Amino acid sequence: MTTFNSDEKKLTVRLTVNGDEHSCDVSQRKLLVDFLREDLLLTGTHSGCEHGVCGACTILLDGETARSCLMLAVQAEGASIETVESLANDQAGGDGLHPLQQAFWDRHGLQCGFCTPGILMSLAELLRTDMDPTEEEIRLVLSGHLCRCTGYQNIVAAALDAAASIRNGGRR
Amino acid sequence: MKPDRFTYHAPKTIDEVIILLNGCPDSKLLAGGQSLMPMLNMRIVTPANLIDLNRVRGLDGIHERNGEVVIGAMTRQRDIEFSATVHERLPLLAEAITWTGHRQTRNRGTIGGSLCHLDPSAEQPGIAVAMEAQLEIVGPNGLRSIPMLEFGSALMTTVLLPNELLTAIRFKPWAPGHGWAFTEFARRHGDFAIVSASALLELDKEGCVSRVALTLGGVAAMPLRISVAEERLLGTKLGPADIEAAAVLCQNIDALDDPQIPKWYRQQLAKALMCRILPTALSRAQVPNQ
Repeated sequence: MTTFNSDEKKLTVRLTVNGDEHSCDVSQRKLLVDFLREDLLLTGTHSGCEHGVCGACTILLDGETARSCLMLAVQAEGASIETVESLANDQAGGDGLHPLQQAFWDRHGLQCGFCTPGILMSLAELLRTDMDPTEEEIRLVLSGHLCRCTGYQNIVAAALDAAASIRNGGRR
Repeated sequence: MKPDRFTYHAPKTIDEVIILLNGCPDSKLLAGGQSLMPMLNMRIVTPANLIDLNRVRGLDGIHERNGEVVIGAMTRQRDIEFSATVHERLPLLAEAITWTGHRQTRNRGTIGGSLCHLDPSAEQPGIAVAMEAQLEIVGPNGLRSIPMLEFGSALMTTVLLPNELLTAIRFKPWAPGHGWAFTEFARRHGDFAIVSASALLELDKEGCVSRVALTLGGVAAMPLRISVAEERLLGTKLGPADIEAAAVLCQNIDALDDPQIPKWYRQQLAKALMCRILPTALSRAQVPNQ
C-alpha cells in the first residue's frame, strides 16, 4: 500500500508520453493536463473548462480517449499517453501531417483551433477501430467536444475525408 | 481552477481501502473521476484524503453467477457498453449506458461511481432501480447487501457509511424474450437528462403483460418506480388506450421544480417519454411458446 503525506509533497510518476519515457516529481494534486503542459511543455493539449465538458484536453490514455483535466498526473503512473503532438510525423523523411490534420487543413475544419487538439485525438481513436464510420458515428464522437467557431459541418467533412484517406492507405 | 491540497492514497486491495477509510477522517473515494474530479477542481469538495480506487484489484469485471449478472463497482461504462453478457442478459442497461456522458467520459466513468454519486438524472441508478439490483457493500464488519431501492437517503446522498465501500452490483436478468426500452430528453446528447424513462415487461402466453417495471429519472431525488402505472398495465395487451392511461399516471407524479425546468414540464416529459418507449418495449417482447 502506498500512502503519501500532503503539504505539496511531490510524488514520482513514471509514464510514457508519445513514445518517450519520463520520470518526474509532481505535486499530488496536479492535473494531468497541467502536467503535460507545464512539466513536459507539451502545450498542444489545451485546458478549457477544467471540468470535463468541453473536450479540449482529450488525450489517449493506453489507447483510449480520456479527459486529462479529470485525472491527476499521479494516476497516470505506468500509463502510455498520446497527445496531439504525436499525430504529425515532421522528422526528416517523415510523411508530415496525419491524414486527420491534412483533412482539417483542406476542409477548413477549424478557425481559432482551441478545440482542435482534443477533437483530433477523439477522431484518431475512432478511426483506429473503424476506417469507415458513418456521419452519425462521427457526430456521436464529436458530441463530446465543444467547438464555438465552425458549427461542426467542416469538422464532419474533414473526418469523412480523413477516413477515406486512411482507407486508401494513409497512416492511422 | 485546481484541487485544494489533499493526501493521495493508492491502495491495491479492498482490505487496504477499508483500513484507510477507518483511519483517515474526511476522505473521499475516487472511482472514474468523471463527477468527483470536476467537484475537486471547483473545490466544491475539499477532502483531506483522496483514496484512489483505480489500482484496487478485484473491483471490476462482469460475471454471471447463480443466475445473476454481477458487475464490479469499478467496471468502466465503456466495458458495460460493449459487454456481450450485458447485451444478452441486461439489454436495458446496454441501451441506457450509451446515453451516459460521451465516449470520452465512458472510457473512465464507472457504474459504482455513478451509483454512489446518485445524480437524480443519471442513467445507471435508474436502471438499478428498474431491475431492483442488489448492492454488495464491504465495511469493517464484512460484507452486507442492500437493495438499490433502499440505497438513496436524500438528494445525491446514499446510506453508505463513511467507512464502507460499494464493491459490486448484482442484477437478476428478466426472462428471455422480455421487452425493454429506454429513452431520455436532454438538450444535447450526453448532457444530463431532464427526464429519463425506462420500461421492462414480460408477456404471458396470451400476450398479456405479466410483469412490468416503469421507472422515471430526473423527476425526484432518486429514480422512481411508478407502481400505479405498472398496476394499470398488468394483464393488458398494451393497447393504445392502456399506454395512454399509464403515461397519464406517470404524468401525475410530484416532480422536481426549479426555475429553469418547472414541474409541469418534467411531468409532461414523463408522459411523452412513456408514450414513446412502451410501444418499443412491446415490439421487442416475445410471447412465450405454448
